[in-house]
Amino acid sequence: MSATTTTGVATAFATARTEGRSALVGYLPAGFPDVSGGIEALQVMVDAGCDVIEVGLPYSDPVMDGPTIQAAAQVALEQGTRTTDVLRTVEAVAATGVPTVVMTYWNPVERYGVDRFAQHLADAGGAGLITPDLTPDFAPEWIAAADARGLDKIFLVAPSSTDDRIAMTTAACRGFVYATAVMGVTGARTTTSDLAGPLVARTRAVSDLPVGVGLGVGNGDQAASVAAYADGVIVGSAFVRTLLDHADDRRAGLAALRALTEDLADGVRRG
Amino acid sequence: MTTTENPTTSTTPGTPAGAVPPGAVPSGATSWDADGLGWFGGSETGWGGRFMPEALVAALDELDEARREAMADPAFVAEFQAVLRDYAGMPSPLYEAERLSAMVGCRVLLKREDLNHTGAHKIRNVIGQAMLTRRMGKKRVIAETGAGQHGVASATAAAYFGLDCTVYMGAVDTRRQALNVARMHLLGASVVPVESGSGTLKDAINEAMRDWVASVDHTAYLFGTAAGPHPFPTMVRDFTRGIGDEARAQCLERYGVLPDAIAACVGGGSNAIGLFTAFLDDEDVAIYGFEPGGEGVDTPRHAATIHAGARGVLHGARTYVLQDDDGQTIESHSISAGLDYPGVGPQHAHLSAIGRATYVPVTDAEAMDAMALLSRTEGIIPAIETAHAVAGALRVAERLAVEKGPEATVLINLSGRGDKDMGTAIEYFGLGDPDRVTEEPVGRTDAGGGVDVTQGEGSGAGEQL
Repeated sequence: MSATTTTGVATAFATARTEGRSALVGYLPAGFPDVSGGIEALQVMVDAGCDVIEVGLPYSDPVMDGPTIQAAAQVALEQGTRTTDVLRTVEAVAATGVPTVVMTYWNPVERYGVDRFAQHLADAGGAGLITPDLTPDFAPEWIAAADARGLDKIFLVAPSSTDDRIAMTTAACRGFVYATAVMGVTGARTTTSDLAGPLVARTRAVSDLPVGVGLGVGNGDQAASVAAYADGVIVGSAFVRTLLDHADDRRAGLAALRALTEDLADGVRRG
Repeated sequence: MTTTENPTTSTTPGTPAGAVPPGAVPSGATSWDADGLGWFGGSETGWGGRFMPEALVAALDELDEARREAMADPAFVAEFQAVLRDYAGMPSPLYEAERLSAMVGCRVLLKREDLNHTGAHKIRNVIGQAMLTRRMGKKRVIAETGAGQHGVASATAAAYFGLDCTVYMGAVDTRRQALNVARMHLLGASVVPVESGSGTLKDAINEAMRDWVASVDHTAYLFGTAAGPHPFPTMVRDFTRGIGDEARAQCLERYGVLPDAIAACVGGGSNAIGLFTAFLDDEDVAIYGFEPGGEGVDTPRHAATIHAGARGVLHGARTYVLQDDDGQTIESHSISAGLDYPGVGPQHAHLSAIGRATYVPVTDAEAMDAMALLSRTEGIIPAIETAHAVAGALRVAERLAVEKGPEATVLINLSGRGDKDMGTAIEYFGLGDPDRVTEEPVGRTDAGGGVDVTQGEGSGAGEQL
């Protein structure tokens, strides 16, 4: 597939649905452990079963992230990772044919230029953007830029969201809806959330879009339990943790990353 | 003496200073206010707003509704004013600094917020926010702090209202403001040193936000400055605007005129917006905000956000931000921890953009000179934050004295006292050295007004603190 062809994430969710399973959405920040190492890791995740890839844009003030992703972002920034490196990462991963989105705090996009960022993201073959600190009511510029290019706009809903806000948010989404199903920062958790199921149900009540759930899933069994009620299982911190745990041995890190991805991919098929 | 039954009459000329009701008063919507989404100057100009995770939107909406209802509730306003008066010592005096005035050639007035309980203007904001916390039925407060002043004020208000309190403070700041850490502990608050990022105020805000997103059902975030997402810039302004309401009435009562210029230091900008708000419609009053110029705005080590920053989004608001070409926040520097912040309140960005207020950098060295000057001429040791305002305002006063003569009046918000800064002052000036005890008192008899306080370490000494 050409890197200049935009593949929306809806395709990946539709395929998974056809196969009677949830989609596996995998996240790593770009530039971690360095730009080429990050691309290699994401390609392993694609190869081992991720259906959608989120490339994180490392940011200096990540208020929604727990210690694991903070640590990876800090490594990436200390390596000198630039916004252009994020786009380069997107291009390399999207070339595999798997839909690839960027997850970013808002200021780097505004600084780059919203329209310019949207164009360069589309040029790189990126499918769209997940915006954890930008809600649709403050996003007219991004919405216009995305609509002009058919990019996916993935906004977040939360357990604290009112029904009105879920309706407003899902109406602005394209691709899928990102349900943050715990009240808290990113990070692997051992307990399951009793907030996730009701949030997914409230979202489905007002939207036909697929719902991806992020709540700190770290293994295949947890993925299976989330896949029982969600269209997509989003995993981030567990991938990052795996690479951090093997910081001294990249080959071992990639092998562990492959094993984790396979376990999770098996999980979303058991849900 | 006129009795002011209606608080909105507090700005009437001729009201005796002693009758000025302390604290903030809801004044109804004005063109200076943010719109319903938090935009100052309208969504077209785009200063302010709410760039926040969806998970916190419901809490921000709840807070917005609670503060609107509270400010329209006479019982809430009356209690707020009573607590500020009886517990925290307001209204603060307006003091004519005669020796300083003689030195610069025109009248210099100091709004003595340093005399408030806990030593700064910050107590106004936290009393208001703690009352809102109680009104919303929440039992726990969290706060970020830079110099520790807002942390101490939050711990104080939490003690007063019986709330649990956790304060996030950059690890670098806990070391340079150890006394305030001890005060917070004594007041019963937990203090969490934040090691992430640069270990300063911006990182303390990040960590407090992370706490809040996980605790929002039972916790209120007592934000320390007039920045952040809507409604914080508006709410903090409304709780601190008593500074300007009082000062304006006191000035009119005593001198029959408004000041020609008013001045405050600006980090996040709460004391400044608290002073400025009452004067925004007074077109003949020049408004000055003095930003931390650090080691100079031509160096990388400063925190002069409006002067040297670029439009961007930080901590939930669009404002001026010190940032690189990729939108990554640049680590700021100021000798004053309370001003060491790479953003600024969005209403200040708006006031600067439309030219209603002028923002000028003041260096570390200029601020420390002013700290010593005020100490030696008036017997008032200001916070180093406040010393930035003194340094900048005296430049304005000297110019006005030439242009308008001795009747010109400059009003400075003396936002806080300097006890907490003695560690920095000891290092900077080399104080407490036994060899210096026998020296002549520096500058006190210098009729020319020049007070030589720079014979110590010189600028830059503060960076090691």
